[in-house]
Amino acid sequence: MCGIVGIYLKSKKFEKDLGKMLSGMLVNMESRGPDSAGFAIYKKEKKEEFKYSICINNLVFEKFKKDISKKIKYNSIFKNSDHAILSSKEKPEKVLSILNELKEISLVGYGRSIEIFKQIGNPKDVVKKFNLEKFSGTHAIGHTRMATESAITTDGSHPYSTGSDECLVHNGSLSNHNNLRRDLIKRGINFKSENDTEVAAGYISNHLSNKKNLKETLQSGLCDLDGFYTFITGTKKGFAIVRDEIACKPAVISETKDYVAIASEFQAMAHLPGVNIANIFEPEPGIVYTWGN
Amino acid sequence: MKLDLKKLKLRKVNETLQSIDSKRNNKNYTILNPEGNHAICVGLTDDIDITVKGHVGYYCGGMNQNANITVEGNVGTGVAENMMSGKIHVKGNASQSAGATAHGGFLIIDGDASSRCGISMKGIDIVVKGSVGHMSAFMAQSGNLIVCGNAGEALGDSLYETDIYIKGKVKSLGSDCVEKKMDNKHLKKLEKLLKKAKLEKIKPKDFKRYGSARKLYNFKIDNVSSY
Repeated sequence: MCGIVGIYLKSKKFEKDLGKMLSGMLVNMESRGPDSAGFAIYKKEKKEEFKYSICINNLVFEKFKKDISKKIKYNSIFKNSDHAILSSKEKPEKVLSILNELKEISLVGYGRSIEIFKQIGNPKDVVKKFNLEKFSGTHAIGHTRMATESAITTDGSHPYSTGSDECLVHNGSLSNHNNLRRDLIKRGINFKSENDTEVAAGYISNHLSNKKNLKETLQSGLCDLDGFYTFITGTKKGFAIVRDEIACKPAVISETKDYVAIASEFQAMAHLPGVNIANIFEPEPGIVYTWGN
Repeated sequence: MKLDLKKLKLRKVNETLQSIDSKRNNKNYTILNPEGNHAICVGLTDDIDITVKGHVGYYCGGMNQNANITVEGNVGTGVAENMMSGKIHVKGNASQSAGATAHGGFLIIDGDASSRCGISMKGIDIVVKGSVGHMSAFMAQSGNLIVCGNAGEALGDSLYETDIYIKGKVKSLGSDCVEKKMDNKHLKKLEKLLKKAKLEKIKPKDFKRYGSARKLYNFKIDNVSSY
């Protein structure tokens, strides 16, 4: 099991409430994933700046801040529970190579607008720790995890991000991830865990970097990714869901004129404004649904 | 009588409905604020009428005997699962495995039902006004599945003796499921079931009937090398 949720705002009406809406969705999906939770939220981008979402684990923030200032020229750095968001105008390649060498921390994602937070623990506690209710943004994706094929760690939690402003959450399990991982490593994709979902995220990054759009990428994923899955994926301006052809893993979509909400079960979105007049449907097996671009 | 799931625990609501003596009590109940909760109205045994105002989660009306349940919204996985008798009317769409393993009773779905509708059904009658997804009536044993829209891939795979009636297109038939001749007795049965679902305007002759070719019933010695 696992719970996956996502919201894509079609109008600006709920931008300030995005964190609150997602928070309720994650808490309601506790029954499907009580051991860890995480979310990615897309905010308005600042020109020329890249943001790096870093899990600092057991490091003292002030010390980390002091140490990192000697290595990276940054514009700002904020603490949020055991995560830090560092903004810098330096080239991403340079910043990434520095951050990836630091063994005490894990880089959980980066991009112009994405911020990612994930932690082990009950979803209720995790959203509280990160103060998710206070977040605003344009679209967001979340996950509650019931670990099946790799350990309960921050690295084993979703969302996974393997490219700039990309993220993926997954309910299910892949059966050909070891082969795919070997192939993607040859193509220059880096992996941090033994997790199957990270391989799917890497697969998406690889296709997007080869100039395929999100829809084409997920359509080819239907042929190449073997296993059970419902994926929700986000890019800077895009949002998508796909289920494998067997469609054992559930998903419900609620669409209104203001938003598209997706969740494993309807109970995750029962609290959303106007959901009772929304168009509610189940995404069909093997069909890619996208919003934005 | 109104039962509000915002104020009452689900277990309390189900226990109340399970222990009603319809001869002495009110027969009409309304459940408010279901909010996608699972297992609403499971295990009911008495002849009572319940209206659920909103969308529900998994296994709504599971194991139902005698009760008449109307859901004014969508239902999650396994509505009417293992129903024995009574009636469940879903006014919205149903998720997968609607009417799974049900032995009797009547299930009407006004919208679409997704995959595996009527999986392993054992005597229930199911009427879907919309379409059904893939693997519907998989290993279905008896009863009737009537679909006014289309059916997805592998309809009636490994079918026993359920009768399937489809008005629209069938994407593909599963193993051992074949189209069968529609006789007068089938037309009459279909007419009766459509009437029961208040669909008198839909003509039985517009449907096609599907059933088991009965080729999987016995082991064929010619296939021994495959095992």
